[in-house]
Amino acid sequence: MDFEFSEEQIAIRDTVRELVQDRVAPRAAEIDAKAEYPKDIEKLFADNGILGIPFPEQYGGISGSSVTICMAVEEIAKACASSSLILAVQALGSYPILVAGSEEQKKRLCPPLASGEKVAAYALSETGSGSDAAAMKTVAKRHGNEYVLNGSKQFITGGSVAGTLVVFAQTDPGADHRGISAFVLERESSPWKAPKLEHKLGIRGSPTAELVFEDVKVPVANRLGEEGAGFKIALAVLDRSRPGIGAQALGIAEGAFDYALNYVKERKQFGQPISSFQGIQFMLADIATQIEAARHLVYRAATKVDTKAPDLTKIAAMAKLFASDMAMKVTTDCVQLLGGYGYISDYPVERMMRDAKITQIYEGTNQIQRVVIARALLK
Amino acid sequence: MRELAQGVIQPLAAEVDRDHRFPEEAVKAAAEAGLLGVLIPREYGGAGLDALAFAICIEEIAQACASSAVIVDVHTSVGSEPMLLFGTEDQKRKWLPKLASGELLGAFALTEPASGSDAASLKMSARRKGGGYVLNGTKVFITNIGRAGLYIVFARSGEEKAAGISAFLVPSNAEGVKVGQVFTKMGLNGSPTGELVLEDVEVPAENRLGAEGQGFTVAMRALDSGRIGISGQALGIAQAAVDESRALLASRGRDQGDDFLLADMATRLESARLLAYHAAWLCGAGRPFTRQASMAKLHCTDTAMQLAIDALQLAGDEGTISGSPFDRHFRDAKALQIYEGSNQVQRLVVARDILR
Repeated sequence: MDFEFSEEQIAIRDTVRELVQDRVAPRAAEIDAKAEYPKDIEKLFADNGILGIPFPEQYGGISGSSVTICMAVEEIAKACASSSLILAVQALGSYPILVAGSEEQKKRLCPPLASGEKVAAYALSETGSGSDAAAMKTVAKRHGNEYVLNGSKQFITGGSVAGTLVVFAQTDPGADHRGISAFVLERESSPWKAPKLEHKLGIRGSPTAELVFEDVKVPVANRLGEEGAGFKIALAVLDRSRPGIGAQALGIAEGAFDYALNYVKERKQFGQPISSFQGIQFMLADIATQIEAARHLVYRAATKVDTKAPDLTKIAAMAKLFASDMAMKVTTDCVQLLGGYGYISDYPVERMMRDAKITQIYEGTNQIQRVVIARALLK
Repeated sequence: MRELAQGVIQPLAAEVDRDHRFPEEAVKAAAEAGLLGVLIPREYGGAGLDALAFAICIEEIAQACASSAVIVDVHTSVGSEPMLLFGTEDQKRKWLPKLASGELLGAFALTEPASGSDAASLKMSARRKGGGYVLNGTKVFITNIGRAGLYIVFARSGEEKAAGISAFLVPSNAEGVKVGQVFTKMGLNGSPTGELVLEDVEVPAENRLGAEGQGFTVAMRALDSGRIGISGQALGIAQAAVDESRALLASRGRDQGDDFLLADMATRLESARLLAYHAAWLCGAGRPFTRQASMAKLHCTDTAMQLAIDALQLAGDEGTISGSPFDRHFRDAKALQIYEGSNQVQRLVVARDILR
């Protein structure tokens, strides 16, 4: 088993790290306070090739490896979880094309995403269809060479800013999950509406949109896979994107821990740094151990994505479950290590604690991960 | 009590949180119901009830609105009670009726930027001048900042040790009393928290609470029963998390994983509640309760945090939307593990007491 990253991966990581520390970290508090999508950071990522990481070279990208995506998402999330979603959702919204698209579709749809000219998003959840994706109500009716979409989607990360949107809809409403198909909407030719953005606990700089489709026309050429293959595609995509959420959780935890570790070394009480107290030392040891364990699970899962391993589904769910539970616990403890200062917005750790919570919820709640893991075990 | 909390206070909670607004109406209603004097003897205008009644009052308010609960708690407990325990008859007659009626809101000023868990190292100075004292320095993380009419302030009147600290009653309208930075926080947005800056504030000797050099004892005793109030606040948040989870699961399809989580939440809450009520009962009976109060504060606040996280998890995406009670409980609960002695300090107190 290989625990080493390639030279190329390390070079990409170092580039991302430097860029993030110079340009993203100083913006993070403001992005959170204003709950504003950081268009400047999207551009920064586009200009520096970061949005091309999810794509192989033949489609205009620079990698296409899940391990590399995770490394970059982790680095960004250390400073700003909202900004890390720009890349994570670029990957999530592109996976359906890479996983299920024809060669023609990949060649046509990927290059503008890989160059960062456009960002992607992924629209699966609906008001009455969260964990139960098969209950969706959005419909796509075929008329000749196009489909007409009607319905709405909820909690769509980046849905308001995306130029390319993968939408799942029923093409055979009587057929349950076997009637779901996947479509790629391009904003210019298949415009959708985003009437409402949610105000949230965390990841406040990442727009979470309600999307509405009113007679939106999509060419048949933009259907991914066969009619009725949508649900399978949706699940295959989530298998591949879950390590990325694990990496995001990992980055959030590491960012909080880096800050708290420096703090306890400097903060003096009872005439000595509080890091000299065993109670604090035990907390530090537990936090670092949890982070290390999560890191291995995340990169193991990412490696399984890259090698198309047969137990990918189970390990990816484990990585997402463990890393996000870890991030929630670790960030809560890091606020604790800063005491009253941890609770006020002059310091970054309370933001990280708020950002951590969503990693336990989105891309399949941790309850769903447990269902997935148990199902794989009992198969 | 429940009627007041659910009828008047609860409907304000989301707005108070969203707008970072002081819950004026809640405090007024609590005053009219006599809650601000719950621990104060009847002869000084209070209700003369015990620590258990107090804990239950705070629990009920916190279930509706944790910001309102901490305002009332700090006023009633650490902001007024020390006067019952250490005040002179003149001090009691002068201040307690005003605190009991809510004419004055109380506050407690111990923590300083460099003196948190290590309270004995505080730097605020109390210099003798004529028959009184002159206070100088900055306090931080003061609940009810800018709203309190009377601060119980701890300052150094003598040596660089715990025995050099004295307690003072400082009215907010005394010359040189200033409000410094008011913090933007993760939660408890309706409860103002900030810096209290004292610049050459003259305090007459009659406003010293307890003997000179007794301040640290006053503070520690105040915090012992303060912890009962914070336990009550934690129970209220935890109860709200359980109730809202229950309502959520009753309204949608649920499976065994949900049921098990709800059962664990309710069991943990019950154990926390019994611990807190026991500590309050010991306190009311005049028996030693320091260890039990610290255990209660530790367990109740850890429980509130965990249950708020669990409830938010059950609610999923919708729970994270601003204005949702799940989002608010999550942000509010964290403060409780930190203030009135961080949970690390509670562990020190418990271990020290066991090893004594």
